[in-house]
Amino acid sequence: MNSIILRTGTRALIPVFLFVALMTLWRGHNDPGGGFIGGLLAAICVALIEKAFGVAQARRWLILPPMMIAGIGLSCAILSGLWGALANGWFLSSVWPLYANVDGKWEGLAAGSILLFDSGVFLVVVGVVSAILFALEEAGVPESRKDEP
Amino acid sequence: MQQTVPYEAGPWRFLPSAVMAAAFAWFATFLPSASAGQTAELVFPWVPTLGIDIAFRLDALSLLFSLLITGVGAICFLYSAEYFHKDRRLKRLLTLMVLFAMSMLGVVLADDAVTLFVAWECTTITSFLLVGFDHHKADARYKAQQALLVTGMGGLALMAGLIIMGTVAGTFRLSEMADFAGFTSDPLYPAMLILVLIGCFTKSAQFPFHFWLPGAMAAPTPVSAYLHSATMVKAGVYLVARMTPMLGGTEVWSWTLTLVGATTMVVASFWALRQSDLKLMLAWTTLMGLGALMLGLGGGGYYAIGGAMTFIVVHAFYKAALFLGVGLLDKGAGTREVGELGGLRRAMPMSFIIIALAAASMAGLPPFVGFIGKELIYQGALYATTEEIFVLTMAVTANALMVAVALVLAIRPFFGTFRAPDAAPADPSILMWGGPALLALGGLGLGLVPGPFGALIGQITEIVRAAPGAPELKLWHGVNGALMLSLLTFALGGIFFWGVPQLRAALIREEDRVPDSAAVYDILLNAMRDTAAWVARTTQNGRMMSYLRVTFTTLALMVWGAIFVGTGAVAQIDPDIPLFHWGLIIAIAASLSTIIFTGSRLVAITALGGIGLAIAVIYVLYSAIDVAMTQLLTETLIVVFVAVAFTKLPRAGTGALRIGDAIIAAILGLGVTFALLAVLGSGLEQDVSTFYLQAAYPQAAGRNIVNVILVDFRALDTLGEVAVVLIAGIAALAALRAGREMKK
Repeated sequence: MNSIILRTGTRALIPVFLFVALMTLWRGHNDPGGGFIGGLLAAICVALIEKAFGVAQARRWLILPPMMIAGIGLSCAILSGLWGALANGWFLSSVWPLYANVDGKWEGLAAGSILLFDSGVFLVVVGVVSAILFALEEAGVPESRKDEP
Repeated sequence: MQQTVPYEAGPWRFLPSAVMAAAFAWFATFLPSASAGQTAELVFPWVPTLGIDIAFRLDALSLLFSLLITGVGAICFLYSAEYFHKDRRLKRLLTLMVLFAMSMLGVVLADDAVTLFVAWECTTITSFLLVGFDHHKADARYKAQQALLVTGMGGLALMAGLIIMGTVAGTFRLSEMADFAGFTSDPLYPAMLILVLIGCFTKSAQFPFHFWLPGAMAAPTPVSAYLHSATMVKAGVYLVARMTPMLGGTEVWSWTLTLVGATTMVVASFWALRQSDLKLMLAWTTLMGLGALMLGLGGGGYYAIGGAMTFIVVHAFYKAALFLGVGLLDKGAGTREVGELGGLRRAMPMSFIIIALAAASMAGLPPFVGFIGKELIYQGALYATTEEIFVLTMAVTANALMVAVALVLAIRPFFGTFRAPDAAPADPSILMWGGPALLALGGLGLGLVPGPFGALIGQITEIVRAAPGAPELKLWHGVNGALMLSLLTFALGGIFFWGVPQLRAALIREEDRVPDSAAVYDILLNAMRDTAAWVARTTQNGRMMSYLRVTFTTLALMVWGAIFVGTGAVAQIDPDIPLFHWGLIIAIAASLSTIIFTGSRLVAITALGGIGLAIAVIYVLYSAIDVAMTQLLTETLIVVFVAVAFTKLPRAGTGALRIGDAIIAAILGLGVTFALLAVLGSGLEQDVSTFYLQAAYPQAAGRNIVNVILVDFRALDTLGEVAVVLIAGIAALAALRAGREMKK
């Protein structure tokens, strides 16, 4: 696809999209959102770049190979589980080092093992969706379609 | 394998051997206490709710095998380190051998049936890797697979047998099972017996499962020496001995062991004489030894059991020495073919002495320990509980053939006219012949001074028989029946040796006409492969549409089945539907008819997205914002994906309505609708939702319950799902790339 409108629009939209995706990830614990939805938003962002500028450009934009991003995501999720195991004695229990419950109200910075876990989900979604999308784009065209313009 | 750079392994190659020697020394410190009947235990809880522990127990029987595994292991590892000195694969070989040795130790030390089984399977897997060590050769791969399938199948039978035993006895601890007397009177006794014995017979290569063992000679020589003298094949013998107090003592037990053991013994000793490759000859004599052990264990008396236990040690000593000695010949003179070797006694004196000493023990000559072992087995046969004439005939025939094989081994390569493929045959370094020399001398030493060793054997005999009484180990028992049989054996052995050429010619002539269980194995293997290919061919036609039809039809059947089985209560639909909802319904219906009646794929995809959008709006109406967002985003991505994929797909049909598919779709759609109404009508339990509503903020610090459930309360589920997403991604990549490869 070679549309000047799409390209210009994409350039303008990417920062907004990414900001929204990260915000969705961050606020997900208390408001609608979370790692999965944030990851989908970011994946749509990648798809937009891919559609506007092509697979090669999208790969460059991601820097790391998409499946590696997904792998890092899974590692983050497992690490957050181990963090809980080390801190509380059982796998995947939550740890809030900067967040405390004061008289029934949580105060401080809502960052901890749960956010790490959610970021892991985010990265897996972005990685896998981009990987499959790129592979689909790069897949060969069967003989029966070769005659089409 | 072509090596471009000369490779030489560093001193690290002696480490495994040193560790094994240290382990041997450590086990040896238990000798006095174990001979006196004391035991040592080591238990870790594993699955306490099922009564399964990681339990180890060292008694006299375990100690004997542990000493063999570590002692012969140290020698074989040292030998391998020198044998593969200039081979890059030495690291892999030693790693596998150490893993194998550890699995074997696990088998003989385990006191828990499940622990035992796990270690048993580990020996199967590691030995598969060792037999297939030269995996660039198709033959080695085939033989390794054969060994894996035969022993693996036996392993499954053993698992079933052990589980039945554990259930019947109410414990998985072997030491507690030994005190439980009710196995033989249990109605499940035949099942336990058959399953456990199949496990033992496949592992110890008993007739008719014997064929994998000669095949396993595809392994490098040190591996064969280790696996087939002291360890792998003895695992089955060990387990039979271990099970004797639990399952033994019945007619069927002793008859099965006697018949199977005797058949294996005689069949194997004939085929041993047919071989011209010295290593294959040894492989078949190993089968003979294993048959003799089963025969002895089947005898049940203390002479028979004591004889079998002595013979385990005898066999380990002479067989390891002989295998390693044949390796010396192979390395020093260039071949293992007996016909191409001759007159080597001056050129390779150490190899000659080692093989001659070991062969003397194998032939059962006094004063070697082999003589003591053979005398005890004869003595046991004389008092056999079943058909002593049959047992004696078989034992004497097999032993006489062993004498002939021993003579072939000790005479053919070393006497007569000088013959060798290598121009200047010579003994390899002391690092290689030192170990086998120690083993060969050990066979002589134990024969001369059997006393301390006798105490251990006596204790083992009492453990296996679960009754007091043990044979005395000494060279001279006076002129008795066993001595007469020995003399008869030697005379017959001499005659057989004299007739070896004629015998071999006759066996080669008859070979094709003898039914062979290896052929049955091939037939079964091919049948399995063909069946699998047929199933794949008929069910996997590679067409997406047919997969979808099968999937949706199955789903429809299950949904409708559930509806008909259920109570039939259906939720009442509120007839008062707001105008806005009507709007949504109309939007969905319009999109749906567009999909059905349009001829264009692009229009259909877009319309499908429209339905998703309308559903997302419904979620918003019922304040499920998270679900709505997810729905919306996935709809977007699906449209992108399908649009990309469609440009790559072959054009199929016109997109017009297909009656069959429409019927399937309608049935499934109606089914899901009814199922959802039925679910709503059945009254939902609110406990879980209430718990999450109350606990989300105070316990998990989050107000978004959906997210809290996903990442905290049920985070393990999410972790699993995330892993599945990743795996699905890998599979999709593989499928897409495979398609690309094929088109090149």
